[in-house]
Amino acid sequence: MAHELTASQPSLSRRLADRLRYYLPTLIATVTVLLAWELIVRVFNIQQFLIPKPSSIVAAFIDQRTILFDKVFNTLRGAVGGFALGSLAGIVMALITARWVMLRQAMLPFAIAANSVPIIAFSPILFNWFGPSNPFSWMAIVAVIVFFPVMINMVRGLTQVDPRALELMRSYASGDFKTLFALRIPNSLPFLFSALRVATVLSMIGAVVADFFGVERATIGKYITQESASFKFENTWAAILLVSVIGIAFYLIIVLAERVIMPWHVSVRKSE
Amino acid sequence: MSVVSIKNVNKVFGVNSSEQVDALQDINLEIGANEFVSLIGPSGCGKSTLLRLIADLLSPTSGQVLVNGKPPQQARLDRDYGFVFQAPTLYEWRSVIQNVQLPLEIMGLPSQRRAERAREMLKLVELESFGNLYPWQLSGGMQQRVAIARALAFQPALLLMDEPFGALDEFTRERMNMELLKIWGQTGGTVIFVTHSIAEAVFLSSRVVVMSPRPGRVTKMLEIDLPRPRAFETREDERFFAAVTEVRESLREAYGA
Repeated sequence: MAHELTASQPSLSRRLADRLRYYLPTLIATVTVLLAWELIVRVFNIQQFLIPKPSSIVAAFIDQRTILFDKVFNTLRGAVGGFALGSLAGIVMALITARWVMLRQAMLPFAIAANSVPIIAFSPILFNWFGPSNPFSWMAIVAVIVFFPVMINMVRGLTQVDPRALELMRSYASGDFKTLFALRIPNSLPFLFSALRVATVLSMIGAVVADFFGVERATIGKYITQESASFKFENTWAAILLVSVIGIAFYLIIVLAERVIMPWHVSVRKSE
Repeated sequence: MSVVSIKNVNKVFGVNSSEQVDALQDINLEIGANEFVSLIGPSGCGKSTLLRLIADLLSPTSGQVLVNGKPPQQARLDRDYGFVFQAPTLYEWRSVIQNVQLPLEIMGLPSQRRAERAREMLKLVELESFGNLYPWQLSGGMQQRVAIARALAFQPALLLMDEPFGALDEFTRERMNMELLKIWGQTGGTVIFVTHSIAEAVFLSSRVVVMSPRPGRVTKMLEIDLPRPRAFETREDERFFAAVTEVRESLREAYGA
């Protein structure tokens, strides 16, 4: 009941304890896996180039940190820039196609088909268009990957509206524009955010793969291929570790934005 | 002048298709100012359809509907009526008070007037301390009260209610009936109320319109002259039982049983 919800919040220490209990299983699992990994590599004396110990990866990471951060910058710029461009284009296209049914019927099947094409295969073409060392090529590749899922989800969110809610707006003699802002766009936010979460992951993958194709040497993708070629696999793993951490951080930023922008949504509601 | 005037109205869904359904047949109905009229009938008798014709959410296949002497579309554009659905249909991204403000926002009231008005309405449905909560934090009955506050926010003289308490348990429903009458006592105006509960129809209404199953026709109109204000004791009044029995028998006749 509602009045219980307005009652006082549990104490801080209580909330911290709850938090800890929530994350403890994950923490234990992670530590166990890392320990087992370290132990197996040591006990069975597995070669470094097959799989290095977690401790050597961390050591390599510390040793190489300046180079790693330097190289990851170009990759990250491509990922973030492409994410922004692709998402924005997807949102704009969704708003346009959701408004005109004809256009949507023409566009959506195409978008869904395009979404299942491995767009990364087009990256040499994009490099050809924008230049093999132009940072914009990275962004373009990432943007193309991100565009379709964002657009498709956003269109769904704008059009899959409770028919009663639409009738309500009709009963107020609301115009299309007001209905768009008061109903369709808020309705689409959960759809949009689930697409953006996926898009963060896609954009990191896209940027690293673009590194492989581009001629720019100062990228994390190139670093990975070079270090592997010279059998410094602990450095390769350190680079993978860095890219993963950045990818997770990127994802968490979107999750955070989601919590701030739609605190009312089921996925965000605080449990009693 | 009648608030709602329905003449020879027919409604057919899926005209000339294999799934053609005659929803309403030759409906004639006049509803005057400040009447509380219930439309009652079994599921699928077209009572909701009739309400939607009045609201211009549907158009009749033939015949004429007038609301305040105007075609329903004009009445809708003039915001002559408020509509309450069976589901509260609150926007989950808006707090309770923001939901009540929604129609005022669409209608372009200045924000200060909106907030004042919404607070008054929440007071009317006795939810003034819940304005900042979100719909999911309220019980079903409370959500429906918010929906009523929202429908009344722009002071329409005509309130259309489509089984608003159909999803509530019997106990909550009886309480909501009382509250609705109390609100109506304060706001006045005309109410058209769709229900499939005989007791509810009799308790609330000044007139009960009985409809037959497909195709929906008006088979009987019953004046309910129980004294007002109606209270808990009304349900225990002999005249209440008599009216309930009359409606029940009319419904059975409508079924042709």
